[in-house]
Amino acid sequence: MKISPRSSAPGAVVAKIGRYTFLSVLLGFFALPMLWLASAPFNAHPTLNGSISSFTLHNFSVLLKDPYALPSLWNSLLLAGGTALLTVGFAAAAAYALSRVRVPGRDGILYALLLLSSIVTGTAAMVPLFQLAFKLHLIDSRLGVILVFTGGLLPAAIFILKDFTDNTPKSYEESARVFGASPFQIIRHIVLPMIRPGLATVTVWAVVNVWGNFLIPYILVRNPDKYPASVVLYTFYTEGGQPNLALISAFSLLYSIPVIVLYLFVSHRYGFRFHGGIKR
Amino acid sequence: MAQIRTVDLTKTFADASGGVTALDSLNLTVQDGEFFALLGPSGCGKTTLLRTLAGLETPTGGAVHIGDADVTRTAPGKRGVAMVFQDYALFPHMTVTENIAYPLRVRGVSKAKQHEAVLAAASELGLTGTETTVGLLDRRPGALSGGQQQRVALARATAANPAVFLFDEPLSNLDARLRLEARTFLKRLQRELATTTVFVTHDQAEALALADRIAVMQSGRIRQLGTPREVYRRPANTFVASFIGSTPMNLLEGTVRDRRVLVADSEIALPEGTAGAVADGTAVVLGARPEYFRVSPDPLPGAFGGTVAVAENLGSSLLLTLDVAGTAVQAVVGEEDEPEPGAMLWALPRQDRTLLYVDGELVG
Amino acid sequence: MARTASPAAAEDPAGLGRARAAGIAAPALLVVLAFLVFPALWTLYLGTTNYRLTGHAARHPRSVGVDNYTTVVKDPAFHHSLWLTFEYVIGSAVLGQALLGFVIAWLLRDAGGRVKRVIEALVLLAWILPSSVVAFLWSALLDRDQGTFNALLHTQGTAWIVEHPMTVIIIFNIWRGTAFSMLLYSAALTGVPPTQLATARMFGANQWQQLRDVVFPHIRGHILTNLLLISLWTFNDFTPYQITGGADSRSQILPVYIYQTALFDGQMGLGAAIALLMLVINLVVALVYLRLLRDRRLERVA
Ligand SMILES: Nc1ncnc2c1ncn2[C@@H]1O[C@H](COP(=O)(O)OP(=O)(O)OP(=O)(O)O)[C@@H](O)[C@H]1O
Ligand SMILES: [Mg+2]
Repeated sequence: MKISPRSSAPGAVVAKIGRYTFLSVLLGFFALPMLWLASAPFNAHPTLNGSISSFTLHNFSVLLKDPYALPSLWNSLLLAGGTALLTVGFAAAAAYALSRVRVPGRDGILYALLLLSSIVTGTAAMVPLFQLAFKLHLIDSRLGVILVFTGGLLPAAIFILKDFTDNTPKSYEESARVFGASPFQIIRHIVLPMIRPGLATVTVWAVVNVWGNFLIPYILVRNPDKYPASVVLYTFYTEGGQPNLALISAFSLLYSIPVIVLYLFVSHRYGFRFHGGIKR
Repeated sequence: MAQIRTVDLTKTFADASGGVTALDSLNLTVQDGEFFALLGPSGCGKTTLLRTLAGLETPTGGAVHIGDADVTRTAPGKRGVAMVFQDYALFPHMTVTENIAYPLRVRGVSKAKQHEAVLAAASELGLTGTETTVGLLDRRPGALSGGQQQRVALARATAANPAVFLFDEPLSNLDARLRLEARTFLKRLQRELATTTVFVTHDQAEALALADRIAVMQSGRIRQLGTPREVYRRPANTFVASFIGSTPMNLLEGTVRDRRVLVADSEIALPEGTAGAVADGTAVVLGARPEYFRVSPDPLPGAFGGTVAVAENLGSSLLLTLDVAGTAVQAVVGEEDEPEPGAMLWALPRQDRTLLYVDGELVG
Repeated sequence: MARTASPAAAEDPAGLGRARAAGIAAPALLVVLAFLVFPALWTLYLGTTNYRLTGHAARHPRSVGVDNYTTVVKDPAFHHSLWLTFEYVIGSAVLGQALLGFVIAWLLRDAGGRVKRVIEALVLLAWILPSSVVAFLWSALLDRDQGTFNALLHTQGTAWIVEHPMTVIIIFNIWRGTAFSMLLYSAALTGVPPTQLATARMFGANQWQQLRDVVFPHIRGHILTNLLLISLWTFNDFTPYQITGGADSRSQILPVYIYQTALFDGQMGLGAAIALLMLVINLVVALVYLRLLRDRRLERVA
């Protein structure tokens, strides 16, 4: 039984109506901008409003013919994959070392890193980052973009993975060690499998971050052949003349799909939740 | 198969208040094939000793020998030991088979040989299915009961085919009934394999039941080393006396006068073989196990006379606490001898079972 | 399986050793050093030069001392940008996202089923879609001639982005970022003991009284965490650039202003000087936040 003494009062009815009105408005507010993304790609004559006149898949063939659209998705994939790989690999190694071997001032170092990564954002550091890439001849280099991303993501990644390692009992590693496993065997056979949820979390987080990022490649990549999708899409709707809505709509959808799929995967597998207010 | 020997083994942990000495110059020899128990209260250094033998802790001083080799600086994996942790440390992401095979896998043993060894170890420990039970080999540790996990951990240790087994309270995570079964099982297994075994426990009954010899530890030192019978019959000091025995020994302060001990307004005969060893007037502690009393409603010469304060039922017997001139004396009587509360009783300790301690150490 | 923390659990259970530990930690630390620590320090130096993107000063930058800083501090355009940024952070993050996020979390806290799933999914989608996509979606929505928004309100001919750029980016950012607050507050609300709420209801407390007396005391820490984080992120948000194009000074929040100054106009030294001020503001917010985090950790340990 629910304890709500006033549930039958007229005030409660008003409250209920108010609540549903509010939720409807909310639904509209969040859904409205996205309608276009769902409808325009399949509209034979796409306009800026979301109404469908006649269904077509022609817009996607426009996409195939564009010299920049598909390669840019490949570029995005390279950047996201490369960054995720470097971030997870480097962070896991560092997190393990910091979790298991006593280094003087370890906690201080970690907090300093976390502090740095939250203040030295791409926006605040765009000037020196551009300079640095310029001096190191990393303008137009995918590696350069990947390294800049990795540097920004690493501190938080180390923090998350260290949390996972800290929560793993040491007796597993000790047990393997007594059976004669070498340190690297222990890491491969025991530690990595045990922190797999953490590795997955960091991977998804890094991929989503890089996939959607606009500023870093926008300032570090000049050659249109190396533009990732974020920059190409931006140029599609800002370059002069009438924007090609068929191209933009189809491309926006294609570019968004991986993120949507990842979201569905994560929410299905783990539930999209925070635990105890800490982002996992 | 190997003997274990420690020489002046010392381990100090640094901490804020200067350091904890967990092992204090231990000299200890465990014979080849022996089942050896380390017994002591919490924090006395049992786990530390075991981990130092395994090589997981580096001693601050002294040496460890296993077999003929000095292994003090040898890596844990190269000592030929297998350890079973209190929480078993079964790898949760591996099946039972993979867990048992792990020691062989890191040695690079062929898959076929691994399989063979897993089957041997698993059937030895009853993990393979029979007509009436399901095999556990394909399960993960999370899907096993505590007792099953314990056997998998033992199987994994056996599969390693070590010279020495090190067990850290392997039974303490089991419930009381399962613990008795596992105890019997463990003893049989050790007898069959005849592998030198060091077994840590804080349960004196477990140590008495299992071990060939027991070392009773306190604050990083060994207070007594002997067979279960020796440790139980003749505890070397009042610490061991109070620690061993499921009903604690009566330890009563008194003075010696004229071949008797004056204690709690009673005059008790000196234990056998101590007459003349102690001068008159010496302050002593008289030790008498509750099990070794003759209790009678009629006055007995040389007995404690007191009223029944508490009677506790132990199943087949009763533990009485008598108030003897303000001192509590405990005695065990048969189940049919239940007295009225407050009744006056006389309890006469068996002279061949009483013990005499001077300055905490056993006399005679 | 019962797990008791053994006091004897030593450091370094895998026997890695200091040297190897340092070895495997090194790549991460080096990358962070090169691409995070160094740029921050370099900003300090760049801000004292007349560095330009092109021309003579690009090849031979000269030290100009604190000139850049005095220029910036006296520049009305900078003041304006700072004020806009303040409006943006307060309006879209502190008032917008935090409030809306809490209201959604509260209304949906024990709603089940489809309504909850759909709303949560939409709010989350707005958060995780690539910024280029959502920026275009909003440009399309608010388009002067064909936009759905004008069609709905019968206000054809209103160029919202041109006429009310600040309002647009504030509303946009509420739409974009509410998800984080919603998630955080939902998690926080699950920590409020239902028995306490039931007790309050039993005594006849209305919604507001329940919130004030039972809920807020429980989630005070979460509110603070949330406000600090979303303020920091919003303060560093570059997405409005993709909607407004950056040239309109009426909507040049600080990130856009730095981009325009340093990379568009090419005055790198001046841009670095502004960036340094931004770093300092970030530092202050982050320090407060970490302080809080550490206190909460200690509290949990105690
Ligand atoms: N890594 C460590 N750092 C500091 N002190 C330690 C460490 N390991 C053990 N000690 C201390 O050494 C002493 C012995 O600990 P040990 O774990 O060996 O006791 P134990 O006999 O196994 O106790 P228990 O029955 O509770 O398991 C204790 O005082 C303990 O606090
Ligand atoms: Mg222990």
